[in-house]
Amino acid sequence: MENTKKYMNPYLAGFILGLIILFSFWHTREGLGSSGAVKRAVAKIEQIVVPSHIENPNSYFHKYVKNGKEPLKNRLVFMVIGLLLGGFISGIINNRLKLKLEHSPKLTSKKRIIAAVLGGVMFGIGASFARGCASGGGLSAMAVFATSGFVLVAVMFGTGYLFAWFFRKLWL
Amino acid sequence: MGPIFTPADEWSYVVALVIGIGFGFILESAGFSSARKLAGVFYGYDFIVIRVFFTAAITAGLGLLYFHYLGWIDLEQVFVNRFYIGPTIIGGVFAGIGMLLGGFCPGTSFSAAAIGKIDAMIFIGGIMIGAFIFDLAYPLYSEFYKSGALGPVKVYDSIGISKELFVLLFVIIAIAVFVITAKIQTKVSNKIQKY
Repeated sequence: MENTKKYMNPYLAGFILGLIILFSFWHTREGLGSSGAVKRAVAKIEQIVVPSHIENPNSYFHKYVKNGKEPLKNRLVFMVIGLLLGGFISGIINNRLKLKLEHSPKLTSKKRIIAAVLGGVMFGIGASFARGCASGGGLSAMAVFATSGFVLVAVMFGTGYLFAWFFRKLWL
Repeated sequence: MGPIFTPADEWSYVVALVIGIGFGFILESAGFSSARKLAGVFYGYDFIVIRVFFTAAITAGLGLLYFHYLGWIDLEQVFVNRFYIGPTIIGGVFAGIGMLLGGFCPGTSFSAAAIGKIDAMIFIGGIMIGAFIFDLAYPLYSEFYKSGALGPVKVYDSIGISKELFVLLFVIIAIAVFVITAKIQTKVSNKIQKY
């Protein structure tokens, strides 16, 4: 662990991330996104396992397969592949590659696993209702001054503060 | 003049891959690959997520305005998220609780899974389950999902102030938040157990 490098200055990281978002809008009209790729992966699985469900025009994921579209043929899928690659590269450079279930010493691994699954489920539902997650529906939307982005981020962090007390044993 | 490609253009896939690499690299380098960092925002011991998030939003927002003034980008062509009042609020509530439970959001969970965080991989599995549940129960709220549609509205129009004044206020508020949270962090982080 002594070789692990320190984290980047947050303001520098934010500035570079902002330039990346700007570059993204300039090139592709759109900003960042990550939950979109997960939804599309689920749609792909449905297409293989339960094709009759997704072919129903009233189903939520129908938009991803409408008119013979391929759910995974989308820029957000490529972005998430990049996200994994980028994280991995930083992990190599900073010597942080390690298979590890991270949790507070006061918490059992089992409880951390349950909390992580439930957290993911809540986020999966939330990002569906909100039509995006923190990166696409929040950050990138704020960059173009979309009202939805400001409302989503305010409600997301507001809810976090409102309910933080109930979940304090997971972290403190 | 930008935007150079449309999202359907296959070049935009290549650009998206490159952008994704930069995105993932920055998230991991800044520490978002640890669930503790995002959770820290809510318990006061670590505010780096707030710093990175708002610095990025302001940099990109101001950058787009500069590009527009210089005639490098046509802002009419840029995608602006549509606002659906109820669904956005409900989505935010679910996502907020998701952050408290998991310590990740989808983007950060990928950067964490990439360096071997098992909790992040589990979180990603959870997002897939969540999206599937949303899809299964969709008939129950398909009307609600489309309700409250206001279109691609801009925040300064919603509040009713000029774009310039809003940007100025946003920057001032962000700087104030940076200063205040830095003070809170110094106080709180001495009191809690590090791991």
